[in-house]
Amino acid sequence: MTATLESTHDNCQPCATRGERTRNERRFSPHVDILERPDELTVVADMPGVTGSDIDVQFENRTLTIHGRVAPRPDAKTRFLIREYGIGDFVRTFQVSEAIDAARISAEFADGVLTLRLPKAEAVRPRKISVTSGR
Amino acid sequence: MMFLQRMSHEFPAFRLQEEVDRLFNGLFDVPSECGVGQIWRRNFPAINLWEEGESLVAEAEVPGMTLNDLEVFVQDNELTIKGTRPEKPVEVLAIHRRERGIGGFARTVQLPLEVDPARVEANLREGVLTVKLPKTAAVMPRKIEVKA
Repeated sequence: MTATLESTHDNCQPCATRGERTRNERRFSPHVDILERPDELTVVADMPGVTGSDIDVQFENRTLTIHGRVAPRPDAKTRFLIREYGIGDFVRTFQVSEAIDAARISAEFADGVLTLRLPKAEAVRPRKISVTSGR
Repeated sequence: MMFLQRMSHEFPAFRLQEEVDRLFNGLFDVPSECGVGQIWRRNFPAINLWEEGESLVAEAEVPGMTLNDLEVFVQDNELTIKGTRPEKPVEVLAIHRRERGIGGFARTVQLPLEVDPARVEANLREGVLTVKLPKTAAVMPRKIEVKA
């Protein structure tokens, strides 16, 4: 049985059910790799410029949300000579169809990369059932 | 004759070329699909550049890399950022998303002011590379004394 993971981007439209943001900041969707291994799903997200303590990972009702806060840089008054990218928080939401053991989700952050391991719930792992023959 | 020359910028064909160029140049942050892993697009990494007092500062986002994976240098007043993000081989059942680039990349930008290549400093923190490029003495503003 393969798991499916669909992303729902938190784009800039304010939404009544999600709540409007009061601060006018840009948000970006981080690039991710999502790999399925026998025992877990691995989500790797690029979040440069975020400090480890400013990351929120929520898993509720099969919805995984990652939010990395980025301190604005450089100084607000800076005049750019070249400006190829903007700076803002990284946010992304996923619907996880696979049953996950939420209590054992782990997260690591290094060099601007967030790695999440979502262990599959025991029930979905293949279990070998031994057959005893009795007479 | 003059009328025709002015018209050339309005021709649809000319505008189409501009639009196509803008479209391709703007796609730098989307990794292209190629085989098992994604390969960086031509313009990785994206670069921001600004002036800070007596230096230029260049910044690029290079998540997942350490200083050993990067090479930064200035030559002929062009800044080059080269590097490689190695792919860790991992046993997988399935790949649901593959958006992060892997492999080697190189990007060179022309600097608008002259800098001193010997005094360039680079700093890498949480995947953000910051390069300090001190301006050469020649481009610094010189105060001219006005004698009465």
